[in-house]
Amino acid sequence: MTEQVQITIDGKEIEAAKGANLLVTARENGFDIPSLCFLEKLTPTAACRMCIVKIEGRRGLVTACSTPVEEGLQVTAFDDEIEEYRRTTLELHLAEHDYECPVCDANGECELQDVAYRYDMGVEKNRTIPSLPMGGQEGSIRLPHDKTSPVLEYEAAKCIRCGRCIQACDEIQEKGVLGFVHRGYHTFVSAEFGAWKNSTCDGCGECVQACPTAALTEKPIVERFRPFDVERKVTTTCVYCGVGCQLDMWVKNDRVVRVRGAESRPNNGRLCVKGRFGYEFIHNPERLKRPLVKRNGKFFETDWDEALDLVASRFNQIRRDYGSDALAGLSSAKCTNEENYIFQKFVRAVFGTNNVDHCARLCHAPTVAGLGMAFGSGAMTNSIPELADADCILVTGANVTETHPVTATYIKNAVRKGAKLIVVDPRKIDLVDHAHIWVRQNSGSDVAWINGIMHVIIEEELLDKKFIAERTENFEELKQTLSQYTPEKVEEISGVPADKIREIARIYANSPASSIVYAMGITQHTTGTDNVLSLANLAMVAGQIGRESTGVNPLRGQNNVQGAGDMAALPNIFPGYQKVTDAESRKKFAREWKVDSLPAEPGLTVTEIMNAALDKQVRGLYIMGENPMLSDPNLQHVDEALKEVDFLVVQDIFLSETARMADVVLPAASFAEKDGTFTNSGRSVLRVRQAVSPAGNAKPDWQIITELAQRMGYSMSYFSASEIMDEISRVAGIYGGISYKRLEKEELHWPCPTADHPGTLYMHKDEFKRGKGKFHPVDYLPPAERPDHNFPLVLSTGRMLYHYHTATMTRRSQPLNTFAKDAYVEINAEDLDQIGACDGCRVRVITRRGDIEIFARKSDRVAAGTVFIPFHFHESPANRLTNDVLDPVAKIPELKVAACRIEKME
Amino acid sequence: MAAFTNFILVCGGTACESSKSDKIYKNLMHECESQGVRDKVQVVKTGCFGFCEQGPIVKVLPEESFYVQVTPEDAKEIVSEHLVKGREVTRLLYDKAESKKRAQIDEMDFYQKQVRVVLRNCGVINPEDINEYLGRDGYVALEKALFEMKPDDIIEELKTAGLRGRGGAGFPTWMKWNFTKKVEDDQKYIVCNADEGDPGAYMDRSTLEGDPHSILEAMTIAGYTVGANFGYIYIRAEYPLAINRLKIAMNQAREYGLLGDNILDTGFNFDIEIRLGAGAFVCGEETALLRSIEGERGMPTPRPPFPATKGVFGQPTVINNVETWANIPIILMKGGEWFSKIGTEDSKGTKVFALTGKIRNSGLVEVPMGTTLREIVFDIGGGIPNGKEFKAVQTGGPSGGVITKDYLDTPIDYVHLQELGSIMGSGGMIVMDEDDCMVDVSKFYLGFTVDESCGKCAPCRVGGRTLYNILERITEGEGEMEDLDRIKSIAQATQKASLCGLGQTAPNPIISTITYFEDEYKAHIKDKRCPAGHCKKLITYHILPDKCIGCGLCARRCPTNAISGEIRQLHTIDQELCIKCGECYNVCKFDAVYVR
Repeated sequence: MTEQVQITIDGKEIEAAKGANLLVTARENGFDIPSLCFLEKLTPTAACRMCIVKIEGRRGLVTACSTPVEEGLQVTAFDDEIEEYRRTTLELHLAEHDYECPVCDANGECELQDVAYRYDMGVEKNRTIPSLPMGGQEGSIRLPHDKTSPVLEYEAAKCIRCGRCIQACDEIQEKGVLGFVHRGYHTFVSAEFGAWKNSTCDGCGECVQACPTAALTEKPIVERFRPFDVERKVTTTCVYCGVGCQLDMWVKNDRVVRVRGAESRPNNGRLCVKGRFGYEFIHNPERLKRPLVKRNGKFFETDWDEALDLVASRFNQIRRDYGSDALAGLSSAKCTNEENYIFQKFVRAVFGTNNVDHCARLCHAPTVAGLGMAFGSGAMTNSIPELADADCILVTGANVTETHPVTATYIKNAVRKGAKLIVVDPRKIDLVDHAHIWVRQNSGSDVAWINGIMHVIIEEELLDKKFIAERTENFEELKQTLSQYTPEKVEEISGVPADKIREIARIYANSPASSIVYAMGITQHTTGTDNVLSLANLAMVAGQIGRESTGVNPLRGQNNVQGAGDMAALPNIFPGYQKVTDAESRKKFAREWKVDSLPAEPGLTVTEIMNAALDKQVRGLYIMGENPMLSDPNLQHVDEALKEVDFLVVQDIFLSETARMADVVLPAASFAEKDGTFTNSGRSVLRVRQAVSPAGNAKPDWQIITELAQRMGYSMSYFSASEIMDEISRVAGIYGGISYKRLEKEELHWPCPTADHPGTLYMHKDEFKRGKGKFHPVDYLPPAERPDHNFPLVLSTGRMLYHYHTATMTRRSQPLNTFAKDAYVEINAEDLDQIGACDGCRVRVITRRGDIEIFARKSDRVAAGTVFIPFHFHESPANRLTNDVLDPVAKIPELKVAACRIEKME
Repeated sequence: MAAFTNFILVCGGTACESSKSDKIYKNLMHECESQGVRDKVQVVKTGCFGFCEQGPIVKVLPEESFYVQVTPEDAKEIVSEHLVKGREVTRLLYDKAESKKRAQIDEMDFYQKQVRVVLRNCGVINPEDINEYLGRDGYVALEKALFEMKPDDIIEELKTAGLRGRGGAGFPTWMKWNFTKKVEDDQKYIVCNADEGDPGAYMDRSTLEGDPHSILEAMTIAGYTVGANFGYIYIRAEYPLAINRLKIAMNQAREYGLLGDNILDTGFNFDIEIRLGAGAFVCGEETALLRSIEGERGMPTPRPPFPATKGVFGQPTVINNVETWANIPIILMKGGEWFSKIGTEDSKGTKVFALTGKIRNSGLVEVPMGTTLREIVFDIGGGIPNGKEFKAVQTGGPSGGVITKDYLDTPIDYVHLQELGSIMGSGGMIVMDEDDCMVDVSKFYLGFTVDESCGKCAPCRVGGRTLYNILERITEGEGEMEDLDRIKSIAQATQKASLCGLGQTAPNPIISTITYFEDEYKAHIKDKRCPAGHCKKLITYHILPDKCIGCGLCARRCPTNAISGEIRQLHTIDQELCIKCGECYNVCKFDAVYVR
């Protein structure tokens, strides 16, 4: 509880928190002191000088924004003298301003305009101070208009030099791209002293959102608009990654024309370039608007009745002829919880099989398995913004700035506040610039170095004995396994220097609140589950779990990959992680879904479905919003499998690589066109709200599925997504207390079992989900495929900032394409020389499974002997190269390690 | 080693060095060698003597012969005549122009009224030799502080002394130190502000060049007092000589165990790093300076928090300017009591001024606080040259104001200067005579602050520029009477609403010139006339028929061929062609050209 003190403002006695901002306090108490530069979440700069006040006993005038509240302050906020200075200062602001409100993008939402209106000061009206010359003549102000960024423009003539953009870039996004250049009245904002496009600006647009005028504006994407053209602003959840940023979508003529970060958790206004500028796809002319039916190898547009009747009859026929298990469905981590719930319900209740999975198989299946085994729950233990308050963050196998850009800002904020950042990654990712320690482990050696750290923790008695004794089991077994992992031995395996292993162990174990952050670099291995178990072991050995900002945090990739799992778009569970092998659960769901029985055997996984299709075991396949023809390993194999399927239905927003192979394509509504919820990586259930009408005749996925179910003879109908959530909360314990009504008012993280439960920000507080945390001793095993004479390089794949997954959305958003239009292979200078190719040359990358052509990019992000390819690009599909060998537990393919060879192309 | 019988002190300040004093030094060394007096004579390169008007200066001891305007070629004669034969080189001795009588140094007006506390070692010791500093009781104060005094004693001593910051604002030094001392923190910093930037001011440069150890010693004492182990000297990169001498001094001090780890075996550690400024005037403002040390753009930040509690890298920091630091060792050595006897009631000690402009003896002067302007300008400075009339003095550089002849007898201290609408500032003092136009003078200073504004806050950024534009209009004859009100209202808002000292004081020159010379402004505006004959757009040159003898010199010199006339006939100036360069006025031997 902060101390309360007494102050007076213009004679009025006010009680306020000690240290509170005086400007905020005054405004809260009805004293509307004007200001142009103040933005509460940034350090006050006191630059605009409009909030000047008098304080008894202090010399001169002081700015309220930079004054902390103290006992006994006697403040004069308004008197003739102060107002006179404010008027003159305002006039001076206007004297250097290009005052053309009627044709200004910010007309109606400009803070300068607001204050000018308040003081009744116009272009000429009530002004005595002439404007400074701005016309480019001798002696006039230097006023650049930088239009070079793909996403934004800076016009100095409209800049009031408040510096909010600079601070937003620096303090919030921690990128430090912007700064003032020149002096005096020539001062303006610049991105690294030159043209915007030549800077390291990644286009997140935090600066635009912070700008009080139209100095920084978004480039029009869909169409130009003025603030008062906007019909509505709809707050919804971003469709890109697992952070779940809250967006305000501005709608004009039923089209989204601007996206701004909403000032609420988890992002608190922050966005990345995709969330802010990657919405053009919604209105892309290539959107699927009518169902398509393939006849003689060609698609024909049709109506819903014909398409759905056809699908229903073919699926029914396959079920009749070959049994339920000849059908399978791939659900989607891009769709809402409600849709995933309905999809898996459809597969289980209508198809009558557990053959349902989704692409989480390719990302965090080992997390669900591993953390489930260790803790009882396979999700982030903490909410995302908590990272900002950690004292030590160990990031491994997660290129956070590119894959979860807003999460990365919290990590960097923590470093600003004094946290120690440790990065263990084979690539020199951007976070390395902020790290105290960065080590480059050999690809696939994770169990070894993690064991090494635990070895040191035990050896140096840094372990949390009380925690181990009271809250865990199986420690002795772990200890035995660890005994041989001396730092020196670990150095041999992993390449991480022994002294660094020791240093990391000490920092991690000794910090008051340590958090582990990981992603695909840990999971996409044949040892994925082992890697995850090792990290869980590490957290428990040091007692670094179950507290605020302290835990094990797998960053989930897709916007709703967490929710798709929660909703049981998985072959072995019912919603809320209830096992299909459990008879009680089956009974419960059969009753709820009004079917006689539900299958008891776990179904097939994504990769197994493909194999089964090749073997003609699976003959009918229903794919909702997935694109295995680009996302899955060993594409050749996927291609053959899909060709073998008797009847393939793909439901999507675009005609994806996979949809092209379908017999029937059903047009779905995009996230901006429907209601629902996404569950973010931090277990927060977030509302998706319809902003615009669906494209053409497209429908929300859940509606399509229910209509199909009806036609297949199963009664399924809902009025709204909200009604589906009510059913979810009835059957899935962890969602028990979640309803749309509550979500309007509060942010809820599961587990939230009852309507009066506040939700769970961080998990495993007093007890692990499974009771006691369990140590699983793990030994190091090498990756399945290692470089050899024919394939001397290690290939790793992953994502990049500007594109998302199979890029069906991002590559239809021009600004993102401008930033990154081509696929590339990152390759070290040494290897590039060896190959005899140049930076920008075309090369051929070859593995045992296939080859692709691609541009070479010289980069020190990768070490000699390793290369990296982003998998977004269909013209150079990285997954033609990757290895589909599986982790035995989680069935995830080893997408992070494959042996390859690169040849220069003539 | 034989005892030296003579010492030759050669000024090694920047001004004299730029007049080849280094060559003089080398020649003297060479001559001593070749004329066989090397054993008896020591040649020393010192810091600034202050009398820059007459540089390069060479002084020979023990005779106290003060040679002025010496050239490298004079070295031979100085050695052969003075040192070998024992006869002073009279032609090089300082001559008071009027009496033609050579003066002993203590008889010289320039030095008579000066009291040298800050500049005590400048022009006396070789700043590149720590032993010379030690020989003048150098580092005695540090030793006393470390072995005999507790930190509180030192603060008490400074309080007794009554030393106030010499950077301009005059904040009591002991209080500043005490704030920082009281903050509990493991990491504190000491900063020396050597970012001297006022046009024409070079007190700090001369101090650093002439007596670098005094600054190091003072900072170390402060480190011990407040509990800091590290200091920064923030100095303009344009001061290479000072930087070099500081580096030499730091290395020597480290060698002698007076800087670095375990100073004087007491276990106390203190070290110093030099940070170079890139010449932005605003970086002399302490918060901007601290940001610049951190590697950020030098832009002021609001206070509080004050540097004393949150300074460099957010840590408690004592920041003082060079002159303040230079006072510290002598105060500790001689006691606060001694110091407090110099100066006036609320302004103790001395003040160094850089006296320049329309003055006979320009140079560096150090006088007790309370000395009158008249004494400085007329007694020390020797008055106005060329028989012109004194008009005003600008103190405090671009942040100060003008003081007119009516106030020549005002004692110079913090209070009185402020009452007159000027400030002490860091000590620039520029003398103006009847030829100086006060509107143009204020435009000059404003132009400086407009250029140097960091651009952060609107009153300074736009206000300054707007004021400048108005002044420009006035000096071009396009002013209107409303401009005077406009100036006052903008100037006031700029003073009151600006974020830092630069903006708050930028309008001072304009306000003070309007206060004392309103008529001159009005003449520009109403009569379209520049009374000082300075503003080109408002003056015309004419030739007086009764004085012109038709020599044709003006016509030959005129760069635009605007003057015509037959030889021995009256010449005339074509106003269309005249660019008002003033060349005709300057060359006419018959005073036939006049300005209207």
